Amino acid sequence: MRANGKAIKYGNNVDTDVIIPARYLNTSDPAELASHCMEDLDKDFIKKVKNGDVMVAGKNFGCGSSREHAPIAIKVSGISCIIAETFARIFYRNAINIGLPIIECREAAVDISDGDSISIDFDSGVITNNTKNKTYSGVPFPEFMQQLISADGLVGYIKKNMTK
Amino acid sequence: MGMTMTQKILADHAGLENVKAGQLIKAKLDLVLGNDITTPVAVKEFRKIGVSKVFDKNKIAIVPDHFTPNKDIKSAEQVKFIKEFAREMGIVNYFEIGQMGVEHALLPEKGLVVAGDVVIGADSHTCTYGALGAFSTGIGSTDMAAGMATGEAWFKVPEAIKFVLKGKLRKWVSGKDVILHIIGMIGVDGALYKSMEFTGEGLSRLSMDDRLSMANMAIEAGGKNGIFDVDEKTLEYIKEHSTKPYKIYKADSDAEYSEAYEIDLSEIKSTVAFPHLPENTRTIDKVGNVAIDQVVIGSCTNGRIEDMRVAAAILKGRKVHPKVRCIIIPATQKIWKQSMNEGLFDIFVDSGAAVSTPTCGPCLGGHMGILAKGERAVATTNRNFVGRMGHPESEVYLASPAVAAASAIAGRIASPDEI
Repeated sequence: MRANGKAIKYGNNVDTDVIIPARYLNTSDPAELASHCMEDLDKDFIKKVKNGDVMVAGKNFGCGSSREHAPIAIKVSGISCIIAETFARIFYRNAINIGLPIIECREAAVDISDGDSISIDFDSGVITNNTKNKTYSGVPFPEFMQQLISADGLVGYIKKNMTK
Repeated sequence: MGMTMTQKILADHAGLENVKAGQLIKAKLDLVLGNDITTPVAVKEFRKIGVSKVFDKNKIAIVPDHFTPNKDIKSAEQVKFIKEFAREMGIVNYFEIGQMGVEHALLPEKGLVVAGDVVIGADSHTCTYGALGAFSTGIGSTDMAAGMATGEAWFKVPEAIKFVLKGKLRKWVSGKDVILHIIGMIGVDGALYKSMEFTGEGLSRLSMDDRLSMANMAIEAGGKNGIFDVDEKTLEYIKEHSTKPYKIYKADSDAEYSEAYEIDLSEIKSTVAFPHLPENTRTIDKVGNVAIDQVVIGSCTNGRIEDMRVAAAILKGRKVHPKVRCIIIPATQKIWKQSMNEGLFDIFVDSGAAVSTPTCGPCLGGHMGILAKGERAVATTNRNFVGRMGHPESEVYLASPAVAAASAIAGRIASPDEI
């Protein structure tokens, strides 16, 4: 599996309240959530994001609330992968559970600039910066998490294992 | 090598002799929790799994507390949806308006969590129950769905940071100040993926309400859980509130910790977290002159009876500043009634404060006290992110109930010692 797109870059501690403000959590409709994604941090995000784009951020991405609405909003907005230095743990779980690819890679998170053209090979964990002609290696997922991802998330994994 | 308290609980619930940090395990769950925001998504995922029943109708708690009493039609639809699910599944612990409270104040009070339990909740502040010596952690809706279907969850066994507490808190200083101090010291990702284990002789002088408030904010340091040694106070609390069997786990003497800190409680001053991160802390003597528009005293962090009593002690015979709205929210029906019976509501209302029915409401910018552009609030809640309590250009300052009440009177961030 591969992803290709331009980088949309943010800083450290991007919290779930700015990813999807609570005032919109009176619905769980994915398209409606996506229409407000990132709006308190970057009003233009939803206008500029294109299918396949890669979100790049610093430390502790997704800190705060457990709302799964946050990775859902990002996924449905068209983002193909999030690269960050580190992820907050509930966000990390949620992203894997709903099948939103995320990669921890400090080097890429620091070096990639907003607007760079990025390609990601999920099998090898290699991130290519086509604009800067550089490659970075992400932290590969443990085997169990790879199984979750290949089952398209936790629900798929449980269904597969329950019917065994 | 020995195990930490958290590791021991997880090993036992995974049916393993030993676990070590980094190991992936599947653990049996004693309780699965959800609220009115996270449960609708969990119900949809639960249906996709394709089972017809929950794993145990006694081991699931659903608490509509965030946008309740329903603030608008969409919120009402969400609550109706989860209520119908709870009825269909025969879920025993569904708490309707009139029974409910802010979930993390309610569950310990109802005796649904005891020492040694493994609890997951689709709410990040589920880590609160570590105060009772339980392993409890926040997860998302899909994990909640899987937990409801299977009674199990996967975990990466965390390493731990040890906090050894000594000494005694000064007057007006509370567990909230201790945890804000710690978050200021280690940062909002200082305990990322880790347990925060609290131990030491100072623990015996922290009340259960102090401990619940501290464990509650472990997540604001990025922690997987916060957990306290079980002592006489814990057991007294559990026996008063629950008939569930409990189990006491103690960290091995040779358990390994990634870091250890000694905290002298007597040195901690009232602490305020400035916008827009809980780690932006300043002691009360260094806050400067910050005029405020609103005070909120309540939430899963500080809506318990001791918090109400402290606020009343400061507000008694005084008036809320004419430029300030002071909103006080006892976290459960029981705390509400207790506050009323103790005469605290007379003090609040006479001072010019408003008293609300239990709700998370303003903490997450839901309802019952939203901030306009440029407005500032002192809140006893747990997060001060951009837009947390309303307009993206509003500001939240996190503090203890004592500082919040003093600030309501002064019209600016103030120390209780000034009042």
